[in-house]
Amino acid sequence: MSVSEQLTARLVDFIYDEAELLDQAQYAEWLDLFSEDGLYWIPSEPEQNDPYRCTSHLFDDKLMRGLRVERLNSARAYSQQPRSRCHHLLQRPRVRASEGSDNLYLAETKFSYTEFSEDETQTYVGVIVHHLLLDGETIKIKLKRVNLLNCDAPLPAVQLFI
Amino acid sequence: MNPTHQKYRSDPDAIRALVQPDRVHRDVYLSQEIFELEQEHLFRNTWNYVGHESQIPKAGDYLTTELAGRPLVIVRQADDSIKTLMNRCPHKGARVVSAPSGNIGRFFRCPYHAWTFKPSGELLAIPFKGGYESTALLETEAGHGLPEVKATKVYKGFIFVRLSDEGPSFEDFFGYALSSLDNLVARSPEGALELTGGCVRFVHRCNWKMIVENLNDTCHPMVAHESSAGAAKHLWQGVPEEEPKPMVIEQFVPLASDYTFFANMGMRALPNGHGWSGENYSIHSKYSVIPEYEEALHAAYGEDKAREILGLIRHNTVYYPNLTIKGALQTIRVFKPLAADLTVVESWCFRLKGAPDKVLERSVNWNTIINSPFSIVGHDDLHVYKAMHKGLRADGNEWISLHRDFDPAELGQQDLTTTGTSEISMRNQLRAWSKYMTMSMKEVTDERV
Repeated sequence: MSVSEQLTARLVDFIYDEAELLDQAQYAEWLDLFSEDGLYWIPSEPEQNDPYRCTSHLFDDKLMRGLRVERLNSARAYSQQPRSRCHHLLQRPRVRASEGSDNLYLAETKFSYTEFSEDETQTYVGVIVHHLLLDGETIKIKLKRVNLLNCDAPLPAVQLFI
Repeated sequence: MNPTHQKYRSDPDAIRALVQPDRVHRDVYLSQEIFELEQEHLFRNTWNYVGHESQIPKAGDYLTTELAGRPLVIVRQADDSIKTLMNRCPHKGARVVSAPSGNIGRFFRCPYHAWTFKPSGELLAIPFKGGYESTALLETEAGHGLPEVKATKVYKGFIFVRLSDEGPSFEDFFGYALSSLDNLVARSPEGALELTGGCVRFVHRCNWKMIVENLNDTCHPMVAHESSAGAAKHLWQGVPEEEPKPMVIEQFVPLASDYTFFANMGMRALPNGHGWSGENYSIHSKYSVIPEYEEALHAAYGEDKAREILGLIRHNTVYYPNLTIKGALQTIRVFKPLAADLTVVESWCFRLKGAPDKVLERSVNWNTIINSPFSIVGHDDLHVYKAMHKGLRADGNEWISLHRDFDPAELGQQDLTTTGTSEISMRNQLRAWSKYMTMSMKEVTDERV
């Protein structure tokens, strides 16, 4: 289903703004972008379809996302001394309407993500799949799934949010 | 060669001197020469986990791995037995199969010159073979196919190998430590496991022994994990006991228990470096009951036996040197050292055959929040391992203290049960390390004269 130009622009801006919040470490604002039942997921296998019966890199509900942010803000998070920094480089998202449900839009965004921590710089590429709920004037993330190109490779610690 | 790289080769006494009764020298963790000697000795003389039979159910199914730098292929035979072969063509040395797992069909075929081999590794055919007539090919290693690792043992589905043809038998090596594996398997109402819960592979820029030793270091969680497990505890504070806990809370919060809790857990140290913390109970003891699962176990074993199986809730059992397991959560960790300061930790989940999905979901949740490269608990741990690598280079002290609850009477004892906060597990592992590092070393004193 096609999406109007105006709505597409809003959804694309939303995705760019989301990445900007992460790059600026504005985590409280980032948490607010998710719906109550929103999920943030990084599978450990290409085409992984089940986060409950197969291990993921992360599969965060609201509680778990909040815990991650609380940890990053903790004075006792020693691995954040010095603080890590991250950078998202996004290709323009491809947006379409969900066929099953009104007000739900799917976006696929190719990305390059770089994280720098103390003495290590790592870069990941892949596709972010957003399931975005449009509720009047607000947009909420129902699902953010990050498909890493090398999701099944041995990976070093990734501490921030892709 | 740089003389600092010949400090320990051919000098077993120098290696033994690194492990004192109550402390260990930093070279055990920092020295690349020691790492190379571990590949040549420690990981060849000991039994190491290489895979699970559920990964290769059918004839011709194989999985590949590396152990002590050696490329291995483990392959299911037509008669259902399992063989371990060196994954090396006898011709030019190319690795014969390269996928993590697959099926060879009726025979192995080298991708370079199409030499073929039976599933047993024996040479089957060579294209255009006239060129080898009246040569010595068949009298050399090249005529013998893929070398077999004869010391391969499948124990209740777990495949272990000892690369060296000589050494302790599997049963002598693990002894009573096998009781934790027995319990893990018995937790399936059908007495069988399936490796279906996925795997995460976490690159640690640190020595492998720091990680293995940390798994029964019970004085670190309340400190190192204060920012993660401690945050979960803080978040849940004040919530009434009867409130059902989200799985994340149920699994994180006990990690933030106090010293007394871990001390009373108890620790067991067995010969050859094996052992567990959680002799009496563990951080996994208070998980909510899954009624359908308990019913399935009662039906399979009877109530008494089922209670006994579920009542054994150890923390981490170490199968020294390369495997640790959590029976209560059906997860295992496999350690793959790549350099003195580089290790990959693979963490896998098992499905208990005949158990409801909820049991697997609990296992998968644990594996995801604790063992993945994105785990906040993992970030805490890795930070301290890296901090040790940097800190240990300091002047003024070349030793790591292992004094906590040391008792000279423990030396030479075969089976010890201690307080859960003792550093006995590390001392026990390092004593085994010293033994298996040096048992196959030849002392060459003449070279130095």
